[in-house]
Amino acid sequence: MLLKMKFSQQRRVRLAQGLWLLSWLAVMCGAFIFCLGVYLKIELLRRAEVMENTEIHVVPNILLMVGLASIGTNWIASRVCQDSLDASRFPRWKVLLLAWFAVAALLCCLLVTVVALSYALQGRLEESLKIGLRNGIRFYKDTDVPGRCFQKETIDRLQMEFRCCGNNNYKDWFEVQWVSNRYLDFTSKDVKDRIRSNVDGRYLLDGVPFSCCNPASPRPCLQNQLTDNRAHYNYEYQSEELNLYSRGCRQALTDYYMGLMNSTGPGVLSVILIQVSVILSVRYLQTAVEGAMALENPEGESVGYLLEKGLKETFEDLKSKILDTLKFAQVDPATAEASEAEAEKTVNVAEKTASPPPPS
Amino acid sequence: MAVLPVKFTKTKRDKLAQVLWILNWISVITGAILFSLGLFLKVEINKRKELMAERDIQYVPNMLIAVGLIACAINFLGGKICYDCVDTTKFLRWKLIMLPYIVCTFFFTFCILVGALMCYSMQGEMEESLDIGLAEALKFYKDTDTPGRCFLKTTVDMLQIEFHCCGNNGYKDWFQIQWISNRYLDMSRKEVVDRLRSNVEGKYLQDGVPFSCCNVNSPRPCIQSQISNNSAHYNYDHVTEQLNLWSRGCRQALLEHYTYIMQSIGLTVLVIWVFELSVLTGVRYLQTALENVLRQGDPDSESDGWLLENSFMETARTNLNIIKNLGKCNQVDMANNGDPNINVPCSSKATYGPDNVPPQQQPGTS
Repeated sequence: MLLKMKFSQQRRVRLAQGLWLLSWLAVMCGAFIFCLGVYLKIELLRRAEVMENTEIHVVPNILLMVGLASIGTNWIASRVCQDSLDASRFPRWKVLLLAWFAVAALLCCLLVTVVALSYALQGRLEESLKIGLRNGIRFYKDTDVPGRCFQKETIDRLQMEFRCCGNNNYKDWFEVQWVSNRYLDFTSKDVKDRIRSNVDGRYLLDGVPFSCCNPASPRPCLQNQLTDNRAHYNYEYQSEELNLYSRGCRQALTDYYMGLMNSTGPGVLSVILIQVSVILSVRYLQTAVEGAMALENPEGESVGYLLEKGLKETFEDLKSKILDTLKFAQVDPATAEASEAEAEKTVNVAEKTASPPPPS
Repeated sequence: MAVLPVKFTKTKRDKLAQVLWILNWISVITGAILFSLGLFLKVEINKRKELMAERDIQYVPNMLIAVGLIACAINFLGGKICYDCVDTTKFLRWKLIMLPYIVCTFFFTFCILVGALMCYSMQGEMEESLDIGLAEALKFYKDTDTPGRCFLKTTVDMLQIEFHCCGNNGYKDWFQIQWISNRYLDMSRKEVVDRLRSNVEGKYLQDGVPFSCCNVNSPRPCIQSQISNNSAHYNYDHVTEQLNLWSRGCRQALLEHYTYIMQSIGLTVLVIWVFELSVLTGVRYLQTALENVLRQGDPDSESDGWLLENSFMETARTNLNIIKNLGKCNQVDMANNGDPNINVPCSSKATYGPDNVPPQQQPGTS
């Protein structure tokens, strides 16, 4: 027996009561996980316009499912506790408990997976943000194109809220035409020169939108001719750090989401611990109560354990049981062989009797 | 003739005491709510302290905080009293305190009402304070190198970004202030020198605004400089262009924000005042009913409860007389032939207590 413990009647009662409280605590934890999933999903949906794919959504989706399932599972555990001390009602839970253990173990595994995924998917999140932000910056000027009219507002609000500029940094704005042709005077020489100076005929300039401006800068924001030191008095663009936001929006958003998921890490880990302790306690309660019911005196002492045989033996048992259930489906080659061998044997015996015995 | 008398059987009295016990505990919670509302208002005002000129507006949140704390204490005591009132013997413990308690609570509810009204009256002071404070803040926008004012630029920029506003009354306020520091002006250029010479005080004025005035909803990139010059920008008419900059003034925006907060707080305090008044009425009825029961002698009998024993005018007159005669205790009474040896009781009416019930006639005398 693995980790067996003796349980008197009083200890069984205490175990049932304690487990009832623990399972209600686990129900609250399930609700907490569900709310966490909802919060994460809402935060991801809010910035869905700058994300190219929704792969990262698997984390909040799993949290939502696990939260709901864990509420149901732990509620069943509390019902089992309530019935465990009543010998007439407990047996009906017998069959269900096996399935319950499987589901609860699955939930724990899923929670561990979620924690692992939230670290593993960071690279995919960055990729998704990179492409989404690149598109957002490219379509910044298209405020007259249906489907893209709010791209400018989205990017402006994003840059102001997260204190970031461009995809990797502010220089991303130099490679994109972010001033729409509607507002360019094509008769002016400067505009014509700029458009002719690059292959695609785009109006590129070394300037950024106003949403890149840093309010903490001591001087009024410089948005245009950023690389030209002579265009502004007392200005050196390599050493000027406070004028614009220095962080890129991809970095800012990734940090934000990683921070969110990391801060929920300890909460999820403690929920896993609580769930595992519920599973172990239900197992002890089940074996102790079943042992007590098998005794002549149901109020006497019984033994509770985790596994009836040792770990290795239980594993072998389980394997053979699974193989047996699999074998029922197939035509049994072993029995076919055995029947064949028997048939041969009878033939041999018949031959032997047929052939005259050798003279002794 | 009693004011609003109600008959109370024993069960009715007990139920009243229990209900009042619960209501008093709810009132403790509402007192805590009052306290936290005052705290919230204080924090909100202090957050924008730099944008407000010195005015007497701190007294409103301070009053709410004080009233909230006192309400908690008073209702806690009231809860204890009502809990004991179910049992007539325990009531005797509180008998002498109850009337002063009711009078104090009655005057205290006035304080709550005053607190609620102050929330509404603060608006005028707040507007004046914001007007002057914002004008000062805009003037010192450029002084990021002066100690004590270095963060004013950040504060004003964040304010304009957060509240979607520009300038004091509108964006034109920026045209009248020099908001670019001299440190960043090239004094050797002719254009700069011309601008400085063009006005009396030697300020560098221009028709441009800081970046924080830019409206996020505008379809075109923000136009911040040469705003009134239509020819400086392609396809631009400054008279019809509405989405380029925020159109609201920051004084208006902040005032609306604070008015909304204070009106909600004022409404909540009024509701709490009505609740406190009703609890007080219940306690008064309970007190008079229990006193009448004690007077009748049988703890299980029916009794009357009222707000005032006599009509309002008579009670007022009686109390005024008591107050007048309180002063006469130590004076020699000349009415009885000037003989100071004759014993004249201090104030003949007060000995019966303010309920003015004469003592029961002794069977011997008549």
